Amino acid sequence: MIASVIYSAILLSSVGTVAAIVLFVVSKKFSVFEDPKITEVEDALPAANCAGCGSPGCRAFAEKLVNTEDISELFCPVGGNEVMKQVAEILGKEVAEKDPTVAVLRCQGGCDVRPKTTEYQGPRSCAISSLVYGGETDCQYGCLGDGDCVNVCKFDAMFMDESTGLPVIITDKCTSCGACVEACPRDIIEMRPKNKRDLKIFVGCLNEDKGGIAKKACEVACIGCSKCEDICPKDAITMDNSLAYIDPVLCTLCRKCVEICPTHSIIETNFPPKKVKKPKETPVVKASVTQQNPSANA
Amino acid sequence: MLKTFPKGGIHPPENKITAAKAIKRMSVPKTVYVPIAQHIGIPSKIIVDRKDKVEIGQVIAKSGGFVSSNIHSPVAGTVTKLDMMVDSSGYKKQCIVIRTDPKNESNLVIPDFPLKREITLSQKDILQHITDYGIVGLGGATFPSHVKLDIKNDKHVDCLIINGVECEPYLTADHRLMLEKSEEIIVGIQILMHALNIEKAVIGIENNKKDAIAVLKRATESNPRIKVSALRVKYPQGSEKQLIRAILKREVPKGGLPMDVGVIVHNVGTIFAIYQAVQHNQPLTERVVTVTGKKLNNPSNFWVKIGTPIKDLVEEVGGVPEGTRKIVNGGPMMGKAIKNTDVPITKGTSGILIISEEEASRKEPKNCIRCSQCVFVCPMGLEPHLLMNLSEKGLYERAAKEDVMTCIECGSCSYVCPSHRPLLDYIRFGKSIVKKLETSKN
Repeated sequence: MIASVIYSAILLSSVGTVAAIVLFVVSKKFSVFEDPKITEVEDALPAANCAGCGSPGCRAFAEKLVNTEDISELFCPVGGNEVMKQVAEILGKEVAEKDPTVAVLRCQGGCDVRPKTTEYQGPRSCAISSLVYGGETDCQYGCLGDGDCVNVCKFDAMFMDESTGLPVIITDKCTSCGACVEACPRDIIEMRPKNKRDLKIFVGCLNEDKGGIAKKACEVACIGCSKCEDICPKDAITMDNSLAYIDPVLCTLCRKCVEICPTHSIIETNFPPKKVKKPKETPVVKASVTQQNPSANA
Repeated sequence: MLKTFPKGGIHPPENKITAAKAIKRMSVPKTVYVPIAQHIGIPSKIIVDRKDKVEIGQVIAKSGGFVSSNIHSPVAGTVTKLDMMVDSSGYKKQCIVIRTDPKNESNLVIPDFPLKREITLSQKDILQHITDYGIVGLGGATFPSHVKLDIKNDKHVDCLIINGVECEPYLTADHRLMLEKSEEIIVGIQILMHALNIEKAVIGIENNKKDAIAVLKRATESNPRIKVSALRVKYPQGSEKQLIRAILKREVPKGGLPMDVGVIVHNVGTIFAIYQAVQHNQPLTERVVTVTGKKLNNPSNFWVKIGTPIKDLVEEVGGVPEGTRKIVNGGPMMGKAIKNTDVPITKGTSGILIISEEEASRKEPKNCIRCSQCVFVCPMGLEPHLLMNLSEKGLYERAAKEDVMTCIECGSCSYVCPSHRPLLDYIRFGKSIVKKLETSKN
C-alpha cells in the first residue's frame, strides 16, 4: 500500500521535473524580446480601440509609436495632447501638438425644412440607399437620415433626433476618432477645431446646386449668394460651386457671416446670446411688462 | 425540348400586355434633355455651347475615350442650357437641354428608309460608322458597341449571337422591333458577319414570342448561315452569359468576356441601330420604348427620341393612373424606380413601367429560414444568402472570395425569398465596396 503511494509520487515528480526542464529550455530558446515600453505606452493610451489613429487598435498603435523614429505625425485623437505628452515622456521622443477637433454635422435639412419628394423602401442604411439614388428629398448632398454614423460611433456621442431625422453630435462625448466621417457616404460630417469654449462657426450645408434649386429643395440651404464672402474681414470664406466654406484656421469667430446669411445656413455653436444695444426706452418697456404681469414678480 | 441555361432561373408572370401593339411614333418633344453619361464608361465631352443652333444628328458631345460614345442631337433646335438634371441613376448629371425648333422641317422627317440589302462599305468603314454614330448596347447595359467589336488578336470569334430574348416581364420593345423590322435586322446581322468575318449567327428568342420566331425564320430561309433558336421561357436568359450557355453550351469563364469563348452577343435593338448607321448614315438618336402598366388606359410601344422627358410619354398613354406607386425605368426585375417624371429617356431605356401600390410595395423582411431557394435560382451558382450576410457584416474580403463580383444583379434571389429579405440590395452594396477595394489595391 505504502509502496504504491511512493511509486506514484516518484513517477509524478519525475515527469514534472522533465516537463519543467523541457519548458525551461524551450522558453529560453524561443523567447521573443518585446520592448516593455510597448505595454507602458499601451497603458497610457485610452484603450478605446477606435482606430481613429489609423492603426487597428491601441496595442498596434503603441507598437507603431515605439518602433517609429519620428512620431510627430502620429496622433491619438481620443487621448489628445495630454496622452501624447505622456507617450512622449515614456519614449523620449517629440510629439506634435494638435488642436483638439470635434465632429460637426454640415446639414440642417430636417423634415420640416426639406420636404420629402420620394419614398425609399429597402434596407435602412445610408451606404445602400446612396447607391440607389440621391435620397428621399430633392437635395442630393444632404443627410440621408438612416444613421450609419450613429451606428459606428463607439462613444455614444451621436443619436438620431426623431423630430428632424438628422443625427445629433454630443460634443462633450465626441473623441474625434473619425469613424462617422468615414461612414457617411455624403461626407457631411467634418472635423473642426474645438477651442476652449467649443465655439464654432461653419456652413451647415453642402448643396452645390444653384441658389434657386437649392432653396427649393431645402429652406436652409446655402444658395451661394456670396454675402458672407463679401462681409468676412479675414477672407476666411471661399465660394465653390455656389457653396460657401469657412476656413476654421482663418476664421476669428466674429459672427458677421451668421447674421448676414439670408437662409440661416451658417451655424454658430455655444456662443452666448448677443448683447442687444439697449435703446433708451428699454427700461420703460420693461416696467410696463412688469406692471402687466404682477403675478410674475410674486 | 427547347434550349435553356441549366443553372437556376425563375419564371415570373410575363404580363406582356403590349405585345400586339405596333410601334407608334412619338411626336417630337418641345424640349429634349440629353444626358452626357448615357453609356457605361467615360462620359462624353460637350462640344456645343449655350445658344448654339444644332441640326438633327449633329454630334453634341464627343466620345471621352475608348470606352465611351458620341452623342448626337435628336432634334433640330437651339441649345438653351447646359444643366444638371436628375437622370435614371437618381443623381443629378450633366445634361444638354435643346429646345426644338418647330419651324425646322427636318424634325418632321421620319427616318424610315427603304430596305437596302447590299453592303457597300468596307470592313473598316463599317466599324468606323458604328463608332462615329454613337451605337451602344440597347439591351439595357449601354456598353459602347465598338468596344465589343474590337476583337483582340489572340481571340477567335466564330459565332455571333443576337439577343432577342427579352426575358424581362412587361417589356415588348425588342419583340415588336423583330416583328416590324425583321428584314433590316437580318441585313444588320449580315453587316456584322461581314465586318468581323464571322461564319455563323444565331438569333435567340424565347418561345413566348412565337410570331417573332416565325417571322425571322421566314426571313432567314434563304440564308443558311443565320439560324433562329427558340428558347424556353426563363429569366434571366437575356443575360449574355446565360444566353451563350443556352444556345452554344459554352461557359464564359469567371470574370471573362463572351469573346473568350469565341462569341459576340448583340441585342436586336443594337443590330437595328447598326443597320441604320451603316446603311443609312443615321446616328443613334431614337429607340423603341415600351410604356406599360396594368392600370394604364393605353399602354403601347413607341419610337422615342433620346432625351424626351418621361412625362411626355406618360401623357401619351393617358397620364399617371390613380394609385400609382412607382414609375420604373426598365422592366420590373432589373429596372430602377425614377425620382420624378422629368427624367429623360436615354439610350438604355427599354421600357417605362407604371406600377400600383399592390405590386410595388416591398414587404417587411424577416429572418432567413435557410430554405436555400435563393441558391437554387441563382443563375451564376452563387449563394446569395451568404453573400448578403457577408456584406451586411462588413466581411468584404470573404465576400470577394465567394465571388460576389460575378453576380449579374438579376434579382432572382430577392424575387423568390419567402422571407422578403433584401438580398440584392446588400449584394450590390457588397459589390460596390469590393470594387472599391480592388481599385485601391491596383
